[in-house]
Amino acid sequence: MKAEATQAPFAEATALRLVPALLADPSVRIGGGILVVIALLGLFAPLLTPVDPSYLDPTTRNELPGAASTVDLADGKTADVTHWFGTDQLGRDLFARVLYGARISLLVGLAVTLIVVATGLFIGLVAGYFRALDGLIMRMMDGLMAIPSILLALALVALWGAGLWTVIIAVAIPEVPRVVRLVRSIVLSVRGEPYVEAAVAMGTPTPLIMTRHILPSTIAPLIVQGTYVCASAILVEAILSFLGVGIPTDIPTWGNIMAEGRLLFRVYPHAILFPGVFLAVTILAVNMMGDGMRDALDPKLQRRL
Amino acid sequence: MLGFLARRVAATVPVLLFVAVFVFLLLRLTPGDPAAIVAGDNASTEQIEEIRAQLGLDEPLLEQFGLWSAKVLRGDFGESFFFKQPVASLIGQRIEPTLSLALVTLFITVVVAVPLGTLAAYYHRSWLDRLVMGFSVAGFSVPVFVLGYLLIYVFAVELRWFPVQGFASIREGLWPFLERMVLPASALSVIYVALIARITRASVLEVLGEDHVRTARGKGLPERTVVINHALRNAAVPIVTVIGVGLALLIGGVVVTESVFNIPGLGRLTVDAVLARDYPTIQAVILLFSFAYVLINLMIDLTYLVLDPRIRY
Repeated sequence: MKAEATQAPFAEATALRLVPALLADPSVRIGGGILVVIALLGLFAPLLTPVDPSYLDPTTRNELPGAASTVDLADGKTADVTHWFGTDQLGRDLFARVLYGARISLLVGLAVTLIVVATGLFIGLVAGYFRALDGLIMRMMDGLMAIPSILLALALVALWGAGLWTVIIAVAIPEVPRVVRLVRSIVLSVRGEPYVEAAVAMGTPTPLIMTRHILPSTIAPLIVQGTYVCASAILVEAILSFLGVGIPTDIPTWGNIMAEGRLLFRVYPHAILFPGVFLAVTILAVNMMGDGMRDALDPKLQRRL
Repeated sequence: MLGFLARRVAATVPVLLFVAVFVFLLLRLTPGDPAAIVAGDNASTEQIEEIRAQLGLDEPLLEQFGLWSAKVLRGDFGESFFFKQPVASLIGQRIEPTLSLALVTLFITVVVAVPLGTLAAYYHRSWLDRLVMGFSVAGFSVPVFVLGYLLIYVFAVELRWFPVQGFASIREGLWPFLERMVLPASALSVIYVALIARITRASVLEVLGEDHVRTARGKGLPERTVVINHALRNAAVPIVTVIGVGLALLIGGVVVTESVFNIPGLGRLTVDAVLARDYPTIQAVILLFSFAYVLINLMIDLTYLVLDPRIRY
């Protein structure tokens, strides 16, 4: 039993030890920095603009960026504001809507990533460790992967109806098989390592082997894969909302703002361009973090991911 | 080789079966009465009963699946209750724009991405290489609908080089067809180019370091021949694989691009069907796209036998 302490490290310790290496990478720093800025913009949106993102004003419809007007605030007062990004066809302030939209995109990205990594990790560990279940699980994953992810998400949303959480689950499900495959392949390669065989020979209970000896090896690849899942989730949510089947239209999201800007796009392109730029920059930042982390953690990962 | 063919074909059967079962269950697992959902909001009780009988919804689930599969195999996807016509003929009308868009995009992608990736690998670590790599990260991040609107705004609204939206069949002439296809296909191809250029660069780079390339150079072959015949040809397998796998991106992108550019194809049909909850149509398009995706990838795997004589399973 003494050997236990010196064996493979705990998952949390592994994750923590990776942090300095990750932060040393310039892509991770730039991408992470952009993400922090966007998160702060979303989080402190009420401080950055007094305007309610759903506040309608028929007198200021389709104002160009930089136009000024007087708006009613929630507390009954009025304020003179500049519409930095202009207004949409209902007279809502696009600056406020884009800032509040950041919340939804980041929430969806984060929630989907957590759900996908947790589910994929569990299923992948089971498939890799219990050979009897492997065939069945992997055939199901192959089947899921055969349906292009946007179509699968569209079908699930059609099934469950539009809503924040239905969209999150619908976006998450198509991403799970890729994580399962990754985890399973790592489990298969780690299982044959002497330290795992030693643990098995010592009679270590299976759950302990899986969490303490196998799980730590999956951390680094999962961090990288997780960022790609996050980028993809933000993108697919925006696509679903843009197509009108995603987050309900009363919630300002980048996809919804763009969907509403479609009709008058030729005359007032700003309603599509501002949320579009925010969306692209956010996804770029997440992807940069992913690429940077991949290079920092293990150059060989490039082939597997 | 025949054994490989048989195994590879056999491996796709469970995948196709899973997709079929999923699509079949899509309607059956919906909360509420499937017959009522298919019939739509304005259906009478008799119509609902008729549909229930037509879909065999009173039968056991397994029998329903058999019934449904038999129909689907005959190309009968039922009747769209939103468009009021058989789903099969609906798909028939919509398939041409989608196929055109996909083929033009694929053409642009291969013509741009493979040379770009090869050059990046050849001039490894040069400014060109960095440019291609930077583009491939950026190309992955700009959503196709953002890019689509940007292209429309610059080239159709401001410069007026192309029509803003729409589709013209190639039967109406090459120019009307191309004129409306350039912008959507370019928008759609960007993410695909990013993917293929990246994998081309990686695989050519790997092959360029191999012994046979040094030998080819050593015997005085011109660089062109070395790069194209000795490096690129040997790098073809991973490139073609990723072109196949990337079709999933292309299919997803088609759905979005057709909505942005107002192209009356299968992608638009999918979105309209989801908005109207037109389940027979949703089932048909998902089945169609997924089967196409799986079967094309199957064919690609089989072409390896031609591309790479070393592969003998």
